[in-house]
Amino acid sequence: MADEFLEALGDDDEHALYEHAPCGYLSMASSGTIVKVNETFLQWTGYRRDELVGQRTLASLLTAGGRIYHETHYSPMLQMGGAVREIALDIVCADASRLPALVNALLVRDEAGNPSVVRAAIFNATDRRNYERQLVQAKLDAEAAESRALTLARTLQQTLIPPALPHISGLDIAAIYRPAGDGTQIGGDFYDVFRIGQHEWAMAIGDVQGKGVDAAVVSSLVRHTIRAAAIEHESPAEVLAVLNTVLFRDDSDRLCTAVVMRMVRRVESWSVTVSVAGHPLPILRRGDDPPTTFGIEGSLLGYFPAGHFHDVAAELVAGDMLVGYTDGVSEARNGHEFFGEAPIEAALRDRALSSEEVTRRLLGEALDFQSSQSGDDIAIVAVGVKERDSTATSSAW
Amino acid sequence: MVDVVRRNNVKITGPPDGQPLLFAHGFGCDQHMWRRVAPHFEDRYRVVMFDHVGAGDSDLAAYDPVRYSTLQGYADDVVQICETLGLDDVVFVGHSVASMIGVLAANTQPQRFATLVMVGPSARYIDEEDVEGGVRYIGGFSRADIDDMLDSLDSNYLGWSAVMAPLIVGNTDRPELGRELTDSFCRTDPAIARQFAAVTFLSDNRADLCHVSVSSLVIQCRNDVIAPIVVGEYVHQHLPNSSYVILEATGHCPNLSAPQETIAAIATFLGSVGR
Repeated sequence: MADEFLEALGDDDEHALYEHAPCGYLSMASSGTIVKVNETFLQWTGYRRDELVGQRTLASLLTAGGRIYHETHYSPMLQMGGAVREIALDIVCADASRLPALVNALLVRDEAGNPSVVRAAIFNATDRRNYERQLVQAKLDAEAAESRALTLARTLQQTLIPPALPHISGLDIAAIYRPAGDGTQIGGDFYDVFRIGQHEWAMAIGDVQGKGVDAAVVSSLVRHTIRAAAIEHESPAEVLAVLNTVLFRDDSDRLCTAVVMRMVRRVESWSVTVSVAGHPLPILRRGDDPPTTFGIEGSLLGYFPAGHFHDVAAELVAGDMLVGYTDGVSEARNGHEFFGEAPIEAALRDRALSSEEVTRRLLGEALDFQSSQSGDDIAIVAVGVKERDSTATSSAW
Repeated sequence: MVDVVRRNNVKITGPPDGQPLLFAHGFGCDQHMWRRVAPHFEDRYRVVMFDHVGAGDSDLAAYDPVRYSTLQGYADDVVQICETLGLDDVVFVGHSVASMIGVLAANTQPQRFATLVMVGPSARYIDEEDVEGGVRYIGGFSRADIDDMLDSLDSNYLGWSAVMAPLIVGNTDRPELGRELTDSFCRTDPAIARQFAAVTFLSDNRADLCHVSVSSLVIQCRNDVIAPIVVGEYVHQHLPNSSYVILEATGHCPNLSAPQETIAAIATFLGSVGR
């Protein structure tokens, strides 16, 4: 055995191989007391051999944190697994400085299976530890940056939809928005409901091509342009024409689709006028007629210098309801199948549903259709004309 | 209704009509810390082992930073385990910080517990000075030591993180742990480990000891750097009805390093109290 060992050494010196190895060696008795140590370890730590052998345990050479780690992790794992590797510990040197180390250790048992000796190899990890600290710092920085970006995205997203819908006497309005995927990406969908005059309101819903901050910025521009233009222009088609000009001259090159609806309160009804620009036509339920699309398709916004937009008007009475939606609903996909318009018409056929119930049902169905993970963001607005409230005074109208 | 069995990965062996022997692990690893001790008692006792939430194969989603901001949260889990399984006349065996979790559980519902066995207990890890700067209490660590440890957990460079968690190298001669065990043993979510470390090493349960109404056994090791002899003696002296035994074993984990001696100490004590 000894001959084989010496032969395997070749020209190397067995004494130097142990004492001056490129790593520190420690041997501990089962009690933990150091029984053997090599010269490399003594040089690195500044201890004399007689200060360690028979006197100290490895745990006693560690920082307080390292001692706790040693007893709660390292030692149990060594006992259970028989070996550990790449344990990061700081060894407190004779001059109280710290030696960052990586420790590999092996538990040797006697023939009865009882622990007899622990052999540990200690690697100087000063440079590696610095590198790890930089990595940890870089990870923290990256997490902070990601967190800021997410906050920014959510804040920006909130500017695309009103924080709360206005309460409009005589109308039952509900809207719902759901971001694409896990909600960390900003979409281009937007909607708005706002007052124009004492008895006049406007509703808008639309979609700016693309996703991300760039799309959101354009959505914000679109939403505010519609608000401003709707004050100046009674005709929704004219509002869309203004919006088209603004977008066409904007540098962003983003295309946009939108529906703008003007709603004017009459004594027993609401006069609504709708214009559509490259957007799915709203679905309207009137009287006892089956729900159907409402409006005439107009140009995509921002593509032609002068688009073509058409107003379509109707008188809505109690029980009538209109649903506007973005293509996140109708083009929700399940394999090659699209969600389409049929489920929207089906929801509208149920006259017992409130606007809130219609929007929730459609969102749920569209998400279920694509297994809950929406590939595109989704916006839905439902506007219903309420039965005239008999308890309300006429001034409420 | 909380699924306590799943939340705490509760494992039950031994005769169903046996007296319950409830083993609780400390900071660091999981119920496998009792792997060399618990089987000895399975012929007579209904042996129950579990993982604290955040450790081992517990339900990590059940980790609530508020509930587990004090040891009482862990003690409430122990009480819930007893209630769910209908355990009465319970012998509670706690290692390290689980000893004080047992004290809090027994003080919460004394009628459920028969006796407490504490392996390497500490009522407080940090030394306390009196007003003149003298030593009022010796815990073994200075506040700076513990802060240093918590800082090192924060900065992650001690290798406590999931990425840097040390590997158990399989020893082919003595495969103590199957492959499936090595993945979870001693491996915890870094954020949970950080909070459990703070809750453990900043705890002070000295005032709870005198309220323990059941009998108890303090098992102390030599050269335990986490709970030195003076710390174990303090616990023993302040428990109203306790026995005390010093093992030949060294270190903080005699349940792993000296299982036979640990088993003998527990069995002798349980025999002496008529169990």
